[in-house]
Amino acid sequence: MSDGGVLLDIRGLRVRFPMRGRGPVCAVNGVDLTLRKGESLGIVGESGCGKSVTFSSVMRLVQSPPAVLEGEILLDGRDVMRMSGAELRRMRGKEIAMIFQEPMTSLNPVMRVGKQIIETLRLHESLSEKQAEEKALEYFQMVEIPDARSRFWCYPHQLSGGLRQRVMIAMALICNPRVLLADEPTTALDVTIQAQILELLGRLRRKNDMSVVLITHDLCVIAQLAERVAVFYAGRVVEEASAGELFANPMHPYTMGLLRCVPTMRTVSRRLDMIEGNIPDPACLPAGCAFHPRCPFAADVCREQAPEKRFFGERRFAACHRAGEVG
Amino acid sequence: MADNDYLIRLEGLTKTFSINSSRGFRSARLTAVNDVSFDIRRGEVFGLVGESGCGKSTLYKAALRLIEASSGSVYYQGRNLYEMSFRELMKVRREMQVVFQDPYDSLNPRMTLEELAAEPLRIHKYGGRARRLARTEELFAAVGLPVQLIKGYPHQLSGGQRQRLCIARALSLSPEFIVCDEAVSALDVSIQAQILNLLLDLKEQMGLTYLFISHNLSVVRFVSDRIGVMYFGRLVELAGKDELFDHILHPYTYALLSAVPEPDPGWIRKYAVLQGSVPSMLRPQAGCVFHSRCPHGDRLCTQTPPELRDFGGGHYAACHKAGELNLSLDTGCLAEKG
Repeated sequence: MSDGGVLLDIRGLRVRFPMRGRGPVCAVNGVDLTLRKGESLGIVGESGCGKSVTFSSVMRLVQSPPAVLEGEILLDGRDVMRMSGAELRRMRGKEIAMIFQEPMTSLNPVMRVGKQIIETLRLHESLSEKQAEEKALEYFQMVEIPDARSRFWCYPHQLSGGLRQRVMIAMALICNPRVLLADEPTTALDVTIQAQILELLGRLRRKNDMSVVLITHDLCVIAQLAERVAVFYAGRVVEEASAGELFANPMHPYTMGLLRCVPTMRTVSRRLDMIEGNIPDPACLPAGCAFHPRCPFAADVCREQAPEKRFFGERRFAACHRAGEVG
Repeated sequence: MADNDYLIRLEGLTKTFSINSSRGFRSARLTAVNDVSFDIRRGEVFGLVGESGCGKSTLYKAALRLIEASSGSVYYQGRNLYEMSFRELMKVRREMQVVFQDPYDSLNPRMTLEELAAEPLRIHKYGGRARRLARTEELFAAVGLPVQLIKGYPHQLSGGQRQRLCIARALSLSPEFIVCDEAVSALDVSIQAQILNLLLDLKEQMGLTYLFISHNLSVVRFVSDRIGVMYFGRLVELAGKDELFDHILHPYTYALLSAVPEPDPGWIRKYAVLQGSVPSMLRPQAGCVFHSRCPHGDRLCTQTPPELRDFGGGHYAACHKAGELNLSLDTGCLAEKG
């Protein structure tokens, strides 16, 4: 499915937030990522690892200044970082659409949901109010909102969390974007609703031949939807691989730890493996490899030198001095 | 459920809220917890699962008499909490503590960590200052917080450390019974594992009993000895952990468990995804609470609410068709790589 060319290319992205009275918070520290046409890329990481900031930067939603952005973000060869306001408005929603984590807070509470989706549509396409309404209704049906016609004129508070998330998805898809960024799309939802939403996203991706970036901390969600996975830690990609390889044979100690510390339906032991210590503060990252204070395999070199990417095949790497030796 | 070795027993616990309808002044009644009975044995971890809005949190609050139940009774070590005076209740409450979901919201940002950890001691008039300080240091060691932090403030702690502090607070009065209300849900996965292990270690060391409430089924399966499944304010199934996963009796439990994804890209969902969402609590339906979403429902289910029936071996289910349906869940086998 991912035989197409490169659609989105992030090169050496760095995002820093200057802080008054102390050093800057380095949220993203040199991220390189490529997204091909029709591909689904999963981004895993814990809070503060820079995954949301990276993709908010792609949408240019990180306000700069104060934030300092470096690097290139190429969408079909055009640099998003250099786009004018008008170009950005054309791009957002039309070429790249985003689903945010909280379906409760990202909809306007005083505007009917149908109106909100029509607004998005008419911003990008010259349609009459009536045509826009018809198209919006069609998308409401496509995301399987039951009784779509009456729900269309509801306010967000009248809808359940699952329905609100469907409205968000309909809104993101209505301009037929080429890239969909889904930031924790199911985190706020119950498992039965999560299963419905994940199935829906998978089906719509195949149908519209969209590229999807799925940002989440939940490895189970990644396993359901992503073909490729990039693992973030302290503002870097520490490992990237196809989903199958990553889950079967993780190379970076952080990935190994993550996979082992999640209880699953098959866990039988009475103790979980765990990663010791805490997530580092992005304002004062440890020297050398950012993971070394928590890493069971840390050697002297890890404390001194930041590891380079070590490739184990095309688009398969781990940024670890000891990758390949341990596991 | 005749078993004398219980620590806390709920009998027909019901909580009804009266709320104003949005369409006028007519008030509506919402039964958040509907006739729930079960007991929690000494030294066990009782897991309670269900989707949001099913009444899990209302249930534990009524069980600790943090809110007044509308009817029913709760026996703690044989004594009915709902017949106690306030003074007696205060005494019993030392033995029952809660760890709340959000460690960011449940700590007063203007109190030092020492004050926070010692607050329950102060309220229950435990010793003098020096003894309270000594106890606080003991607690910090027990939950794995650095003692140097004792004069610090909550903002200096990470999410995992905050939750450790919340656990220290809950442990300060040497309770017997601890309710963990989504205690690990707000934490990152690597921290979640640390806290789960800590909770289990403390249970062994101090002989605690937990009521572990979570919407995360994998976590509940990992920590619990017995599991109760709630839907729409009712307990629909109750069984030992392995029994529940191996011999599901209620279609809702089946739908819930089969919706849990595995961290394995080769895993294929083999089961039908449950359609629809939890119906409105304000418009209760006749018959079984699950019948509108149940693939197996028939006329009986739309008319008569099923009782919680005993299926032997401590397995209870509230379904007319329990035992007749084939609801086996193949969690043990690895799906073929696709």
